[in-house]
Amino acid sequence: MTDRTKNDHAKDVPNAAAYVGGTKLDTSHLELETPEHPYLDSNELIINMGPQHPATHGVLRVILKLDGEKVLGTECVIGYLHRGVEKIAENRTYTMFNPYVDRMDYVAAVSNGLGYCQAVEKLLNVEAPPRANYIRVILTELNRIASHQLWLGTHALDIGAMTPLFYTFRDREEILKIFEKYCGARLTTHAFRIGGCLYETYAGFEKEVKSFLKFVAPKIDEYEALLTTNRIWLERTKNVGTISAADAIALGVTGPVLRASGVKWDIRKAIPYANYADFDFEIPTGENGDTYDRYLVRMVEMRQSLRIIEQAVNGIPEGPIMAKVPKVIKPAVGEIYHSIEAPKGELGYFIVSDGSTQPYRLRVRPPSFVNLQALDVMVRGMLVADVVAVIGTLDIVLGEVDR
Amino acid sequence: MLNYITSYLGSPVTPGQAGNQLWALIYVLIIFAGVSVVVMAMNWLERKALAHFQIRLGPMRVGPHGLLQPIADALKLMLKEDIIPSEADQFVFWVAPLIGLLAAFTVYTVIPFGPSQAVSDMNIGILFMLGVSSLGVLGIVTAGWASNSHYPLIGALRSSAQMVSYEVAMGLAVVSAILMTSLNATGTGTLSMIGIVQAQQQQGIWFLFKFFPLGFIAFIIFAIAMVAETNRAPFDLAEAESELTAGFHTEYSGLRWSLFMLAEYAAMIAVSAIAVTLWLGGWMRPFPNLLNAPVWEFIFSLFPALTFAALAGFALIGTVRMPSHSFFKIQRIGLGVFALLLAFIALVLLLIAIVGHNSDNSIAARTREGIDYIYWFMLKVSIFMYLFIWYRATWPRYRFDQLMRVGWKVMLPISLGVLIVTAIVGVVVK
Repeated sequence: MTDRTKNDHAKDVPNAAAYVGGTKLDTSHLELETPEHPYLDSNELIINMGPQHPATHGVLRVILKLDGEKVLGTECVIGYLHRGVEKIAENRTYTMFNPYVDRMDYVAAVSNGLGYCQAVEKLLNVEAPPRANYIRVILTELNRIASHQLWLGTHALDIGAMTPLFYTFRDREEILKIFEKYCGARLTTHAFRIGGCLYETYAGFEKEVKSFLKFVAPKIDEYEALLTTNRIWLERTKNVGTISAADAIALGVTGPVLRASGVKWDIRKAIPYANYADFDFEIPTGENGDTYDRYLVRMVEMRQSLRIIEQAVNGIPEGPIMAKVPKVIKPAVGEIYHSIEAPKGELGYFIVSDGSTQPYRLRVRPPSFVNLQALDVMVRGMLVADVVAVIGTLDIVLGEVDR
Repeated sequence: MLNYITSYLGSPVTPGQAGNQLWALIYVLIIFAGVSVVVMAMNWLERKALAHFQIRLGPMRVGPHGLLQPIADALKLMLKEDIIPSEADQFVFWVAPLIGLLAAFTVYTVIPFGPSQAVSDMNIGILFMLGVSSLGVLGIVTAGWASNSHYPLIGALRSSAQMVSYEVAMGLAVVSAILMTSLNATGTGTLSMIGIVQAQQQQGIWFLFKFFPLGFIAFIIFAIAMVAETNRAPFDLAEAESELTAGFHTEYSGLRWSLFMLAEYAAMIAVSAIAVTLWLGGWMRPFPNLLNAPVWEFIFSLFPALTFAALAGFALIGTVRMPSHSFFKIQRIGLGVFALLLAFIALVLLLIAIVGHNSDNSIAARTREGIDYIYWFMLKVSIFMYLFIWYRATWPRYRFDQLMRVGWKVMLPISLGVLIVTAIVGVVVK
């Protein structure tokens, strides 16, 4: 046995001198793999999801960093639907600006109007009469159901179940019919005015709302029959897009997304506005904060909304529907923040008045915009298909995100 | 010459076996045209059925109840601008849909619509079928690659992984059915498609019910795997609209896109035909051994005529129920004529059934038999086609990892177990 050294080896192997003594073979013509130039390119795949994409609910653009199917990170690019609503407010009188808020979250226009009107009322220090409040609650809760129905349909469609979309749209139609009969518009309703309501309920309003309640309760069971115990639905939603209560609070997430994480926070109960304090209803919460819990929470919310509407329709008082509000609205100098529980979460209006007829500054706190922040936390490490599911479950409306 | 043309007509075997190439070519042309027409009809039916699942009407404008919609669609797609992205690999982009189409249509050479109603009876029929139909994935992968775009690439990757995984479970399920063909006196099985149906005929039982529940489980495995094989909901990950816009055919438009659709539907029919051949007795009518009296033979041979009569009745009801507005006048007439056409076909089929039953004329009898075979085969296939639509209307889409898990961890062990148990039971029974 001889002790072979590197140099001995070099004698045996022709051209081996190139390996020893620190000299390197010139292998550039072979195109071998080096750290700088990997033979099989294993870089991350960066793809643009949106702004034209079937599942980004409008014009959201999500830049995805993918490792195969796995999501390494996301970045939301928003602003494709920016109309400068807040700036417009500074050049409109308080009354003139009222219809603009309907164009933010256009699937829950009634809620937007309620929040704005109540914020200005707070600024003016007037209170809407009880009958107006009851009408407001009925319409807002109807709108909550309509919004959740639209969410359910599109969310299910994103996950691949085509059919619920058509069922939810069929039933949402009945709500829109009530809106149309009440105020003439189906989507951008402009139902409320500062100080109350402009329109008295039409003849047969109560009857129609009651018959709607009877009509829609079994329909919600029908949606649940299609999805709640569906194996594929469970696999696609359970443990997908999980967010802990602490994270949700830290990110400012509100609405059903927050409640699904187990935080019992609903402004209707926490800081009652309109006359929600009069009604008996429950705040559903989830446990895991995953997509399935958010689904369940929204399904229960629809049923709770039906409860509220039933109590409101049965207890609707007679009386005026408009408080005494000056013709020209000129609030005193000051500022106000008022928030309501919109279908998607906390919808807040911050208004600064300089004593003129137009707001000095109006700032909207849109629930969709804030909830969208949680997207990255929720989808990191998940798969591409989950991004779509999570965008759906956040229930964003780009009109509200961009304003 | 005339002799050559007519020489095949008296033969009871397929033109491929008889070595008559002219008739083989005629069969090929008939099947090609037939499958294309069936795909068009399927297109209309899917849109209509899906619409009715979803409380919509579906196509209503082009022709009565949208009956001419597939033709209008085909025309539109043919006239559309033929776009090839500048970044795409031109040749591969061009050839990809053709590969898919070729694979989907080649399979039909061995599909037995009847004991002699096939282009050819290969002794490796089922192997050929599985092999060629799995070539279809090549079209999808090349399409995704050639598009040189991210979404098609992901779609193609998903599709290739999915098809390869489900092919394994599918193949094992098929093998357990082939094992059953060897349960005869000689103890030799067959891979021939016609031979498999004849084995079921001899054993007097559909393989679906053989060694219950073994045959049934293998059939279920195959029925699931075939949905995954054809990239249909709930396994339509390769073209998941809400995730990958359109998956592997995102960059395709016009005629090329329609070739993909043609290939997809042709593949759906082909895999359904495999399932029918292997487990549902192929061309055999229900209960051929229990209800084998001539009167039952006659009653079952009336079914094709009755089906067309029922379709004519539906069309007639539709005609009567059409709104009496003058706008619908032409559509009304069209639907009426369609109803008459269906009724006429029903009448012809009825005549053939009666004449073929009563006379000793071999041509009439053979025609009647042939119609029966094709009818029962197509009826069984169409049940699967309806199921495909039903799945699509009902279920959400699986996620990629879940799909793989179902394929490898659930279907593969079950199909392997079924195969082993079938083999053991087969030996024990013998």
